Amino acid sequence: MATSLTTGATTAAGGSVAPWEPRAADGRAVRVAPVDEVALTARAARLRTRSIKTTSKAALLDLSIRIMDLTTLEGADTPGRVRALCAKARQPDPLDASVPQVAAVCVYPALVGVAVQALQGTGIHVASVAGSFPAGLSRFDVQLDDIRAAVDAGADEIDTVLNRSAFLAGRHQQVFDEVVAAKQACGAAHLKVILEAGELGSHDAVRRASTLAILAGADFIKTSTGKISPAATPAVALCMAEAIRDVADQTGRLVGLKLAGGIRTAKDAWHYCVIVGETLGEDFLHPDTFRLGASSLLNDVLAQRAKLRDGRYADSDDFRVD
Amino acid sequence: MTTDTAPGDIAPRLRHGLSVPSGLLDYAPAPESSAIVHLRDSYGLFINGEFVAPASGRGFATINPATEAHLAEVAEADATDVDRAVTAARAAFEGSWRDLPGRERAKLIFRLARAIQERSRELAVLETLDGGKPIRESRDIDLPLVAAHFFHHAGWADKLNHAFPGRNPQPLGVVGQIIPWNFPLLMAAWKLAPALATGNTVVLKPAETTPLSALLLAEIIQECDFPPGVVNMVTGAGATGAALVEHPGLDKIAFTGSTSVGKGIARAVAGTGKRLTLELGGKGAHIVFEDAALDQAVEGIVDGIFFNQGHVCCAGSRLLVQEPVHDELMARLRRRLDTLRVGDPMDKNTDVGAINSREQLDRITDLVQSGVDEGAAMYQPACDLPGNGFWFRPTVFTDVAQSFRIAREEIFGPVLSALTFRTAEEAVEKANNTPYGLSAGVWTEKGSRILWVADRLEAGVVWSNTFNQFDPTSPFGGFGESGFGREGGWHGLHAYVKVAQ
Repeated sequence: MATSLTTGATTAAGGSVAPWEPRAADGRAVRVAPVDEVALTARAARLRTRSIKTTSKAALLDLSIRIMDLTTLEGADTPGRVRALCAKARQPDPLDASVPQVAAVCVYPALVGVAVQALQGTGIHVASVAGSFPAGLSRFDVQLDDIRAAVDAGADEIDTVLNRSAFLAGRHQQVFDEVVAAKQACGAAHLKVILEAGELGSHDAVRRASTLAILAGADFIKTSTGKISPAATPAVALCMAEAIRDVADQTGRLVGLKLAGGIRTAKDAWHYCVIVGETLGEDFLHPDTFRLGASSLLNDVLAQRAKLRDGRYADSDDFRVD
Repeated sequence: MTTDTAPGDIAPRLRHGLSVPSGLLDYAPAPESSAIVHLRDSYGLFINGEFVAPASGRGFATINPATEAHLAEVAEADATDVDRAVTAARAAFEGSWRDLPGRERAKLIFRLARAIQERSRELAVLETLDGGKPIRESRDIDLPLVAAHFFHHAGWADKLNHAFPGRNPQPLGVVGQIIPWNFPLLMAAWKLAPALATGNTVVLKPAETTPLSALLLAEIIQECDFPPGVVNMVTGAGATGAALVEHPGLDKIAFTGSTSVGKGIARAVAGTGKRLTLELGGKGAHIVFEDAALDQAVEGIVDGIFFNQGHVCCAGSRLLVQEPVHDELMARLRRRLDTLRVGDPMDKNTDVGAINSREQLDRITDLVQSGVDEGAAMYQPACDLPGNGFWFRPTVFTDVAQSFRIAREEIFGPVLSALTFRTAEEAVEKANNTPYGLSAGVWTEKGSRILWVADRLEAGVVWSNTFNQFDPTSPFGGFGESGFGREGGWHGLHAYVKVAQ
């Protein structure tokens, strides 16, 4: 096997592989800035000390719902389970018509048809994980078929995973090419690329992977599959937000950010809104560019919303489990 | 879904402190309550364990610089009062404190540290009301460090023979300490903790614009049952300080403040046999190399010059940027400045509070004007400022030459002057090209370069890929006109003991 001296990337057939260099669509080089771990973590922690009260709290609670991708990704998901989730997506609290709808429902490809039917006419997007979620290590042609099938079934958003195996082995060009192909397979559907930040080992790698995915055509970059820990963290959210900002500055293309995995409380949600908003601007806090992937989060947000409205906490059974 | 933007388009809009926020990030007011503080109408001097009236009966007002509201009247100590205080300190030293075993001193100092922790919120609110710094800073940074200094030095009180093995360390006697207004309680801690731990007694003069947290500390010291006279506090301005410096009954003076006053004190003390340590001004160089983690460097720069409104002796007030990344770094920095929230220090979301006094505001304004006059390019975010109180917008100058006043003189405000360099050698040369030598920061991903540069920087404190990190174990102090002597850790103990060779 021939090894490239610069990156150590190899091909099975022998012969060196040119190292992947980040470039914009017009060929200009894109710089990937280094990340200082300590300072990044400190900045994310400092942003969590923002005190969100009264009208700001109400506004961010409502935003958290409007940007939520209500998710179920279990082997045990049945049509009944998915229909129940979709009912919740349409009307999170049937006793309070002021509660907004969520942005999307996220399911496995086999359940896309069920979700499409259940959400017809609501404007709520149907997102499907596809392309060998969560490990991303099926044969690549099978992954592309998976994506196309999900789109055919009616999904208008596709969440694929980055090939961490190839990324960590240094085959960044391959990772790039796979994202390009996935984007093509999506057709009109938008593509979210899940970096699985918890496996990448450093925030430098997260920044590099973010840049790679964006330059390869991702419409959104996403933190995690939610299947391993650590998933979304404040430092990862800040790192990816800075990467999005940097690529937008250099190329003019602004992509979206989705945080997923381990976001359970309303406080987590609004702190993420603060981290992302103070980095990317208020206008970024919109379902077209910012999403939270979650399941149990919705009930905590509803409970906090009810407390603001009623002045006291409700019983947990006041919010349906779906 | 993606959208097209022009580079630099992404800019969080901020209008801080609105009672009816119109945007998601115009956070609703989040005020810390001041009800926890019980201000007296007037405060006496703390001498020999009691609060007593000043000999002259004169007092002066202290105000809240964010509102200009009157807070309280504070006693003005004259030479008679200073003499009473020094006499009480001497009697306490000879009478009980010097012979108290180290572990008993330790218990008292630990008790004080614990009491400070328990009353942290009250002390933090008072610090913000009297001085103008954001409550988030006094709560999250000042107070934890204050408690930490007392805890750390309490631990030294019974271990001095380990600190100076075989050298028979002894306290000096009575020390006079004069502290500034930028970190009122923290500077009191930096002074009192090592002095007490090593067995000295103290007469402390807080700054005239920020006496209240020190006076509350005196109450707490009283409640902790320190022997009367071990700690004394005399409030007043320059004349009180001069009376203290000139008092013949002191064995040592410790001063933190401006270089010009420090020089005056050095002259006054010369030939008297009093020991002296000075922690004075600075014009810290913040060096950013082209390979730096730029987004984090921006945070370090912002922290280095806008923390505490730039009222920091070790502030990174000169930014030295390697030329290839100058434009990109300054663009990111300007964008970050636009997100700084300037306003009510008692709001928990405020990033930049009030300037400490009208006098300081005038000094800053004057120096900033000189920057404009000398031809530097000035940037300030377009944030609204409150009506009364003392305020200055965060400011960045580019196209600055080393000879400009804004590059030479300590501004002691939220004003950054940016210059460029080409090589590491040039960076070091420019960084050292100042009579000061307190602090410096270096941002680079290359470890060998950090070590090379740090070795050559003539600064008492060098931070790498960070800034404004403080710890009671870490000795702090400067070279040249930034003073001499160190505070903190083992090095800081030296100033307060005499040792056999």
